[in-house]
Amino acid sequence: MLEVRNLDVFYGDVQVLWDVSFRVNAGEVVAIIGANGAGKSTSLKTVSGIVRPAKGEVLFEGVPIHLRPAYTLIDLGIAHCPEARKLFVEMSVEENLDMGSLKGEARQKRPQTKEKVFGLFPRLAERRRQLAGTLSGGEQQMVAVGRALMSLPKLLMFDEPSLGLAPILVRDIFNVITTIRKEGVTVLIVEQNVKQTLAIADRAYVLENGKVVMEGKGQDMLKDEHVQSAYLGV
Amino acid sequence: MGSAQLEVLLQTLISGLLLGGLYALIGLGMTLIMGVMKIINLAHGELMMVGMYIAFWMFTLFGVDPYLSVFIAGPVLFFLGIAIQKFLVNPVLKVDSILPENQVILTVGIGMVLSSAATIAFKSDYRSTPVSYGTSAFYLSDIWKGSPIELSLSIPWSVSFVFALAITGALWFFLQKTDMGKSIRATSQDLDAALLMGVNVQRMRVVTFGLGSGLVGAAGCLFIPIYYLYPALGGQFTLIAFVITILGGLGSNVGAILGGLILGLFESLTATYVGMGWAPVGRFLIFIAALLFLPGGVASLLRRRTFGK
Repeated sequence: MLEVRNLDVFYGDVQVLWDVSFRVNAGEVVAIIGANGAGKSTSLKTVSGIVRPAKGEVLFEGVPIHLRPAYTLIDLGIAHCPEARKLFVEMSVEENLDMGSLKGEARQKRPQTKEKVFGLFPRLAERRRQLAGTLSGGEQQMVAVGRALMSLPKLLMFDEPSLGLAPILVRDIFNVITTIRKEGVTVLIVEQNVKQTLAIADRAYVLENGKVVMEGKGQDMLKDEHVQSAYLGV
Repeated sequence: MGSAQLEVLLQTLISGLLLGGLYALIGLGMTLIMGVMKIINLAHGELMMVGMYIAFWMFTLFGVDPYLSVFIAGPVLFFLGIAIQKFLVNPVLKVDSILPENQVILTVGIGMVLSSAATIAFKSDYRSTPVSYGTSAFYLSDIWKGSPIELSLSIPWSVSFVFALAITGALWFFLQKTDMGKSIRATSQDLDAALLMGVNVQRMRVVTFGLGSGLVGAAGCLFIPIYYLYPALGGQFTLIAFVITILGGLGSNVGAILGGLILGLFESLTATYVGMGWAPVGRFLIFIAALLFLPGGVASLLRRRTFGK
């Protein structure tokens, strides 16, 4: 479904991705793990067109997308739930959800999808008129996930969904990701919370200093010595 | 307080409120552009001047009432704003320059060109639209015969105020209830997130510049029945819009409305109790006071109440 080939990405003069390639097949949950600054977020931003690669290409369902304007990617079915949530803090919960469904089929099905999101996160239904900036961290993450779901995506990319959340909320978020996957949405997730991520991932890539150093099945990686010593503190 | 003083005070507050309503409209246009573009449009007053000339010539040549010209000058200025954004501001945004805010400087240049062009085309004569209702007013004693005090409500001022209110209401509806309005607000709050939602940010910038210009063009039509027009008038109103934007809190629409009302009231009070010529001084005092004591503007107070920070 998604194929990323040989990406080189620079911020100014500094190269942050070196020949990065990865692949996500339809129906999979694929994880990219790595330390802070390894280039995980940059990889996702390159897929969603916020950052442009100097070299390499991004194919979605066989079509190159790395030169398309960023705002058109949601039309193809790519949703990006960004790092630090990036909600519209001075808009209500409901308005944030509306923003996820501006175009096409998603716009027509807005009321139904919204009810589904409220079913998934009953807390948001209670707070639908509240400004997003006044919510707790966990609730804000729910809005971010809900907003991404509103676009009826084929591929949903999560950037550090567990960041800054209490352990119990982290578990909730991972449960939701599992639910989303069961509904047929393909998931690409970037995380520092390696253990829980690998537990739900079919496959994973390890990114170190802007390079892919390892790839394999999620379960296998949990047992891998390098992963255990570098990321799981075993 | 004797009834005479009370009369003066109430009359001053009424005038201040009416003026403030118009100021709010001017400030809203600048605030919208500020929010989405992150730049101060220093040609704002000059755009209003263009709107006033449109209303003036429509009245002088065709006898069109200035209030009807709102529906002409508004759209004309909307497209003028779009053209300015597309062909002047956008190309400058793309250029790396030694000056970090070269778009702002560009707007100063646009303002100069507009006011010079108006001087060449229309001379620097003072103009006005002598409408038939120009000096008529409602009186309190007309509706309340035994009223102990007498208050008057100038008809053109009141009509302008009502128009300003209606335009503000329509803008509010657009920004709150339509997908495009929400997209404009989203763009001003988080540009990258808006992109991810599929908002054509570039287009929102163009539309917003057009909208801000259209609003101030409409405000020009509301000002001409009560104000003199001359080519250099823009600078003064750019300054007023700037003060309102700072007073309101950069980029906050509710803040701009409150900022406009506060400035109108403050100027009116200064004019009555200190002297006519002191109104601009009052404007600067409140500007400096806002910068010193309320750097986030009125919006920061509202925000503190909602977000508790």
